[in-house]
Amino acid sequence: MGGSLLEQLPLFLSYSNVSFLAQAFGVTVALSIVGCVVGYTVGALLAFIRNRHVVDVLPARFLSVGFSETFRRVPFLVKLMVVFFAFEVVGMRVSMFTVTATTVALAAAAFSAEIMRAGLEALPESQWDAAESMNMGGVMSLRLWALPQSWKVILSPALSFTVGLIKSTSIASQISVFELTYAAKVLNERGFSPVLSFGSLLVLYFLICYPLNLYARRLERQLERPRGWKSGAPLLAESEAA
Amino acid sequence: MHYLEIDRFTASYDGKEQVLVDVSIQIAKGEIISLIGPSGSGKSSLLRGLMGLLVPQSGEVMLDGEKVDYTNRKSVKALRERLAIVFQQYNLFQNMDALRNVTVAPVKIRKRNAREVEEEATALLRKVGLGDKLHAYPDELSGGQQQRVAIARALALKPDILLLDEVTSALDPELVSEVLDAIRILAAEGMTMLMVSHEMALVREISTRVVMMDRGRVIEEGSADRIFDNPRTRRCQAFVGKILSH
Ligand SMILES: Nc1ncnc2c1ncn2[C@@H]1O[C@H](COP(=O)(O)OP(=O)(O)OP(=O)(O)O)[C@@H](O)[C@H]1O
Ligand SMILES: [Mg+2]
Repeated sequence: MGGSLLEQLPLFLSYSNVSFLAQAFGVTVALSIVGCVVGYTVGALLAFIRNRHVVDVLPARFLSVGFSETFRRVPFLVKLMVVFFAFEVVGMRVSMFTVTATTVALAAAAFSAEIMRAGLEALPESQWDAAESMNMGGVMSLRLWALPQSWKVILSPALSFTVGLIKSTSIASQISVFELTYAAKVLNERGFSPVLSFGSLLVLYFLICYPLNLYARRLERQLERPRGWKSGAPLLAESEAA
Repeated sequence: MHYLEIDRFTASYDGKEQVLVDVSIQIAKGEIISLIGPSGSGKSSLLRGLMGLLVPQSGEVMLDGEKVDYTNRKSVKALRERLAIVFQQYNLFQNMDALRNVTVAPVKIRKRNAREVEEEATALLRKVGLGDKLHAYPDELSGGQQQRVAIARALALKPDILLLDEVTSALDPELVSEVLDAIRILAAEGMTMLMVSHEMALVREISTRVVMMDRGRVIEEGSADRIFDNPRTRRCQAFVGKILSH
């Protein structure tokens, strides 16, 4: 295919191309959502296990620390390989989508465990003393006062991390998962100008990530404002956590 | 018989240096014991130890004739149903208003009727002079007000013994008297208390006994007048001299 950018544009924006990209966009979003939902849930559990006020079992704490410290230090592509071969070893035949979603979950779990650990440790120890001396257990403490207070410290870095993770899903194109980056490569190979194929990629990633970034930044500003969070936000968080 | 018997209580934070050594104190119902002693002498540690926040290495604690086993969850739980503590730094839950700080444990842990608890809590907060601050959050309250919420929170648990750890020492001088007044009311009602305090006027006025600690040990014990006017050990003399000259 030849011709200038302007000549290519109507063809590039053909129904089939647009729906092709939209599907890939959907896969990227699905990978991110599935991975994050599973990953953040596991990460929260890991963070709770790691907090001695919540779970006082040393071996469990070591496992939790080992898991997140290891997988936080391994590049996404390597994690992808690990997951791929792990499925092979246990003899499970799964799609590349599942491999990638699992990898996203693995990364999200490792990092969110760390983010939540820090958030929980930012709480003054004195409130744990008060809770414990009233017979308030770890899980109830989390629900009633620890998470309602520490979500402020957790949410903003968690959102920033999520943006990074969404971008990392592009690495799945290396193992031929049909997601955004892969779709752009295909379009480019079909002869469309790289400016168009990869330019649209740029726009689409931006569409996912920018709102998240904006929201993270807004939260950061809001939460810094002293007393700003008090008037109802923590109560809301409390009922959400409940 | 004594209600709470602490017998040769010995504890350390890290398993190395002992911060409490053979501490023995008996407390009968209705007594008010004041713990005094220099900074680092182990007063807070003793209260924390009693609450099971610092596990003893040796020694025995008998509560109402029953031995407390600090390595046993159930035993500690039972103990915490009868003892309540107010910390130096109030330790209120920052995401809850004053009323909820007071009601949360009776409702969520003791599973009592919420309406009933709320009425009691409101009365308690009125009693400590905070009837108009029921819905204020900790960071909207002064230190003295927060400390009074903490006292109300402890009282809402209907403890047999109230432990108070220097509840006025973190406060500005002009806020001290409001908290002391709250403690006086409790004393007048016959509440059994074990309190760390260097408020000499209060200690003289309400304590049935004063226990002087130094370097993790009890070094002298007696009536407030005896300890302050006629200290026997040299360390106690020095310490009493210092606080009386303030
Ligand atoms: N969390 C802790 N970890 C380790 N050591 C501690 C801890 N808290 C207190 N200690 C040590 O225990 C000893 C007794 O401290 P404690 O706080 O019981 O003294 P205190 O009599 O209450 O002093 P103050 O009048 O300053 O409150 C001190 O040597 C102190 O350094
Ligand atoms: Mg102290």
